Amino acid sequence: MKSNKPDISVTLGGLHLKNPVIAASGTFGYGDEYADIVDPSLLGGVVVKGLSLKPREGNPPPRIVETPSGMLNAIGLANIGVEAFIKEKLPWLRALDTTVIANIYGHSVSEYGEVASALRASDGVDALEVNISCPNVEMGGMAFGTDPEAAARVTEIVKQNTDKPVIVKLSPNVTDIVQIAKAVEAAGADIISLINTLTGMAIDVRARRARLANIYGGLSGPAIRPVAVYMVYQVARSVNLPVIGIGGIMEAVDALEFMIAGATAVQVGTASFVNPQAMLDIIDGLRQYCSENGISGLAEVVGSLEA
Amino acid sequence: MKDIRAKVKYNRVVASNTYLMALDLGPEPFKPKPGQFVMLRVGHTTDPLLRRPFSIAGVDSKGSLHILYRVVGKATALMSQWSPGVKTWALGPLGKGFDLGFEKDTAIIVAGGIGVAPLIFLAQRIDPTPMIFLLGAKTKDELIANEILPKKGVDLKISTDDGSMGYHGPVTGLFEEALTRVRPRKTIVFACGPEPMLRQVACICSLQGVRCQVSLEAAMACGVGACLGCALKVHKGSKPSYAHVCKDGPVFDGDEIVP
Repeated sequence: MKSNKPDISVTLGGLHLKNPVIAASGTFGYGDEYADIVDPSLLGGVVVKGLSLKPREGNPPPRIVETPSGMLNAIGLANIGVEAFIKEKLPWLRALDTTVIANIYGHSVSEYGEVASALRASDGVDALEVNISCPNVEMGGMAFGTDPEAAARVTEIVKQNTDKPVIVKLSPNVTDIVQIAKAVEAAGADIISLINTLTGMAIDVRARRARLANIYGGLSGPAIRPVAVYMVYQVARSVNLPVIGIGGIMEAVDALEFMIAGATAVQVGTASFVNPQAMLDIIDGLRQYCSENGISGLAEVVGSLEA
Repeated sequence: MKDIRAKVKYNRVVASNTYLMALDLGPEPFKPKPGQFVMLRVGHTTDPLLRRPFSIAGVDSKGSLHILYRVVGKATALMSQWSPGVKTWALGPLGKGFDLGFEKDTAIIVAGGIGVAPLIFLAQRIDPTPMIFLLGAKTKDELIANEILPKKGVDLKISTDDGSMGYHGPVTGLFEEALTRVRPRKTIVFACGPEPMLRQVACICSLQGVRCQVSLEAAMACGVGACLGCALKVHKGSKPSYAHVCKDGPVFDGDEIVP
């Protein structure tokens, strides 16, 4: 039986999204850069570029380099700071008919709390996504997300400083991502998103120099998809929280891999650089998949991997 | 800004390792200004993944884009194999183009190597005005074929690093000589080429009080100002800061790149 109008909306952790496709942090700017081509109100959600307490100018160039089926980035968390975001960018975002998620980070546990607190009073932000892949200056620069204790403390302080749903974005650069996932779940996270980028490096053989000024950066794109799918699979069956899958999604079939593995929604990042319409194509593709397979509600695909 | 399914009209060799490609943008082409660029999709697979930025070298009467490019790596090597009829995607027009708001001044155009690409489009559009066009290349074989260069009322001078044609030396040598023949306050300089050449041109202009615009490039992922990958240190006001070549440029005021 064919479904003529499949329902591709999804509900997770207090959020209801019109479809499961969300623009990933750092790839869609503040939503206006791609506005000529992608109407943000067609997306399930938009995660804006990671916000810190104070503006950050980012790393010296070169900040990006293409790698086989992927790219490395060392942007350096450049952003205008949470205050400027609230004043200059939020008014425009508030008017959009889509779920707006503010990605936040800090250099110390307390800073995470301060950024969350600064956003508390503003309406227009529907959820917070906590980036725990950045270095903890109080722990010698080790990423918060590599230590379950640190990840839990960051989650707690953000929960204490907001009324909105809290998504914690996990780093894949760990030995056991399930351990981190369980720690943030216990600390009160409402949703888990994974994966952030994989650490990597590229060398210019002729010049004998690293291709990034920062030496190393984060790998994204199709090359990381198998790593991401497995991690989503592991985490989804280990926690009772909804999961958002991220990692090299280019087309609808890729998004379905993540959903079958256990993700309720997905984020699309690098694909937008290759094809600005990628997210819209994925949304259409998911609708088509449902129609062709007699699926009336996309939510039934989530976690449907045959044992 | 539009992402248009474009079709190759022709793709021919115009110098050593250098091609001129015309892209048909269909019935509703975007209308670029000189100095703007496009992000071209090069592969259909995941490798090469990212689009590549190319300056627009001209627009014909039907709105087709001219792209002048040199084969320097994987993506340009693939492009050089495209024959008429091949389809691709062109996102554009992107970036800030040249500021053409000047009257009756002499324009000195300084082109280093493949940097000549956006300057051909510029020359098309600022005609008529007294124009000195300085074209530099490493060697004679890399000089762009004459038929592509602007003709009317243009004082064209050539330089080659190895002296195989024209002035023997870098194009900045021709530039310094040209400056002696003009009045600094009645001159505007447009330059595109290797970054060290642009910095030298900008420095000379700054010292002599000549207005100067330079077109830069950078590795890009998005091309629209979303990813922040193409950062460039610029000097505007008291403190240096990062601008983005795709959105704040690729054309910058010469003073911005001189510390």
